[in-house]
Amino acid sequence: MTKVIFSRFLQALPTLWVIATVTFFMTRFAPGGPFDSEKAIPEEIKIKLQSHFGLDRPLFDQYLLYLKNLLQGDLGPSFKYPEWNVSELIATAFPVSLTLGALSLTIALLLGIPVGMIAALKRNTWMDYLPMSLTMAGICLPTFVLGPFLIYGLSTQLGLFPPLGWYGPSDWFLPSLTLGLFYAAYIARLTRAGMLETLQQEYIKTAKAKGATPWRILTKHAARGGLLPVMTFLGPAFAGLISGSFVIESIFFIPGLGKFFVTAAFNRDYTMVLGTVLFYATLIIFLNLFVDLVQAWLDPKSRQSK
Amino acid sequence: MDLSKIYQSRFSHTLQFLFAGWFFGLISCSQPTNVETALEDQVLHFGLGAEPQHLDPHLATSVAAHNVLTALLEGLVSEDPENLQPRPGVAQSWSISDDGLIYTFNLRKDARWSNGDSVTAGDFIYSFRRILNPNFGAKYASMLYPLQNAAIYHQGMKSWEDAQVGAEAINPYTLQLTLENPVPYFLQLLNHFSWFPVHPPTIEKFGAFEKIGTSWTKSGNFVGNGPFTLFNHQINSVIEVRKNRSYWDEKTVRLNGIRFYPIEAVYTEERAYRTGFLHLTQSVSADRIDFLKDKYSNELHFEPYLGTYFYRFNLKSPPFDDLRVRQAFSLAIDRQRLVDKVLKGGQAPATSFTPPGTGGFYPKSKFQYDPSTAQTLLQSYLKEKGLDRLPPIELTYNTSEGHKKVAEALHGMWKDVLGVEIQLLNMEWKVFLSTVSKGDFTLARAGWIGDYVDPNTFLHMWRSGESLNMTGWENPMYDQALESAQKTGKEEQRWQSFQECEDLLAKEFPILPLYFYVHLTLRHPSVRGWYPTLLDHHPYKYVYLSEEETQ
Repeated sequence: MTKVIFSRFLQALPTLWVIATVTFFMTRFAPGGPFDSEKAIPEEIKIKLQSHFGLDRPLFDQYLLYLKNLLQGDLGPSFKYPEWNVSELIATAFPVSLTLGALSLTIALLLGIPVGMIAALKRNTWMDYLPMSLTMAGICLPTFVLGPFLIYGLSTQLGLFPPLGWYGPSDWFLPSLTLGLFYAAYIARLTRAGMLETLQQEYIKTAKAKGATPWRILTKHAARGGLLPVMTFLGPAFAGLISGSFVIESIFFIPGLGKFFVTAAFNRDYTMVLGTVLFYATLIIFLNLFVDLVQAWLDPKSRQSK
Repeated sequence: MDLSKIYQSRFSHTLQFLFAGWFFGLISCSQPTNVETALEDQVLHFGLGAEPQHLDPHLATSVAAHNVLTALLEGLVSEDPENLQPRPGVAQSWSISDDGLIYTFNLRKDARWSNGDSVTAGDFIYSFRRILNPNFGAKYASMLYPLQNAAIYHQGMKSWEDAQVGAEAINPYTLQLTLENPVPYFLQLLNHFSWFPVHPPTIEKFGAFEKIGTSWTKSGNFVGNGPFTLFNHQINSVIEVRKNRSYWDEKTVRLNGIRFYPIEAVYTEERAYRTGFLHLTQSVSADRIDFLKDKYSNELHFEPYLGTYFYRFNLKSPPFDDLRVRQAFSLAIDRQRLVDKVLKGGQAPATSFTPPGTGGFYPKSKFQYDPSTAQTLLQSYLKEKGLDRLPPIELTYNTSEGHKKVAEALHGMWKDVLGVEIQLLNMEWKVFLSTVSKGDFTLARAGWIGDYVDPNTFLHMWRSGESLNMTGWENPMYDQALESAQKTGKEEQRWQSFQECEDLLAKEFPILPLYFYVHLTLRHPSVRGWYPTLLDHHPYKYVYLSEEETQ
């Protein structure tokens, strides 16, 4: 096991280097620069600013310098908000995205798995049809429709929750629910499909024949196999959730990472683009590793093949 | 299968219980809205529109930064909340020499920085020297060019000592400023943040004199001299300022604090307003105007705003290198219809480049609608070139619903009147900026917001060689007229020279003015001491919150 983790870790390093390199040159070759604005600035000031941020050196030198700083863990100051360091901005925004993502995922799992299980157990009854049609609607309904709809109902009309912001726990519920419902719909359908397949397996019959209680069959025997599709989905889903959602952040005015990620590209904030891309890449690489490990634990077949 | 019963009974009951607990726990925490509590605690909840790029007055460039900085800092003079006329600020009085070149300011002795230090004439000199420092790279340094020799120092031709910039501290409480030319709006200019002082010991402590991106502007470090101090700054979330107890005019200040929320999404901002989260919004989406006029008629405000929406022609490439085509394109536009039928937000059609009334200057309306002349002009051009019709023309604009609507409307007008095909070409903002500044366009969208209330802030753009020009148009007569307006202090002569500039623009058509901006905003009736002003400046020390009845 340690060997697997170690080798995966070694594989991650060249991947990150390639990502850093490609991103570095792609941002530099995009037209426009960080100092362009409607009120065009005189050339001599632009030159001053460029030398201030080291943009006057040859591109390859800039690249080497960037890599050198990167190895020391220095992502540099943001071009758009020079009073802040990129790592400082990520450190402020990531906990927000992490909280939002984790809560959404919790909601998604707590809703999705039970609904999917019940639908599988009560196959072809209304307890299957109703939730499955609702989840279809949930998947089709974009968050920018669901979000304002929930705000209107639970905040504007009933006054139960603040309509926007991220200042205390009461602000957490609406955005988490909006994002969570969307993922819950997916998870419910995946659970149902996985459970249906597993419940028909021979070993479930064996377990039943041996006199295992229904509760034990469900949690111990069926769930392990039945939830595999959900597990596979969970890796990328979790990475997507905690790396921030630009749409949800805009609707609910949440200071998360998604906004930095998107606006950095628009602003040609070179260091911020690189910082967020590398941060995401690292996050996704490690989450994938984690999911693989959990899968191996859940599914003896995949453990053997490794 | 009986599995489900078990499942329901054990598993889901626990879950339901947990969920119900969180849900009701949260509900019980729900509180009255910001707007309701504000009547008690006198905190203004302010929609800022965007996160300011800098909170350093010498680096800032944005409206958002202005809105925060005027709470934190105060210049030599301050503004009257209704008409923005100069009122005493750090200077309690001032005198102007007869030739309008020398301003002597008497600073008040009780003006203090938020750490208790006195605000002195030396602090202002230090600040002017900082923004003009050629190594600093301040984008707004040229705002200080009215000072004698400021440009010489800023362009690195001479050192500060040798340049003898026209700013002198006669004693700690007397500051004398000498101008290059008389500038009738000079006192108003002093309210631009580029003229604001910074606290020298703080700047030195953070090594920020000629370095961009130090942390002196963060909460806890920031030392200001304005009516409020920086209390908390969470990027993309909130900037909170609180009443400054060491401010000299503390007794006038009625608000205890302001919370600025940089909400960029207009619909989110509107929702925030409607749910009592904000007292006022930075903007309103154009397609919500009808709804808001209906439901929030008392709270939706259309306020004049010092800005012009226009298009640039590229005179370096055909067909706009020919005056007749430019003129035809201008004459074919019905600006009244554009504002009435397309924009619908109370904008005024632009028949001049400078908005009428800027600093008291009313330009004659020269850009007219005359479709038949437009047709004749285009025909004569086509005949001369031996063309049947114009080849399709590219209209470049930055991606936005609003710009698209205008472009489509104009496309329709040009097609109807001139039979010209226009290709709409939208670009992402930075690509657009670099394309236009490289001159790689035929016809391009533009907008300009005045930095101060004087025609010069608009008309200086079209001087030969000016980096903002970008049309390729140059006219020595224009440069001369502009220069004579800048050199004289006499109003009549200035208006005459500015009118000459306007006449030249309407004769040679390097640009196509379309409409004058309005500032559209939602504002709660409990916000008092807030008046519509051309620059959208609202000195916070006069603002307070009170119930509707107790006006």
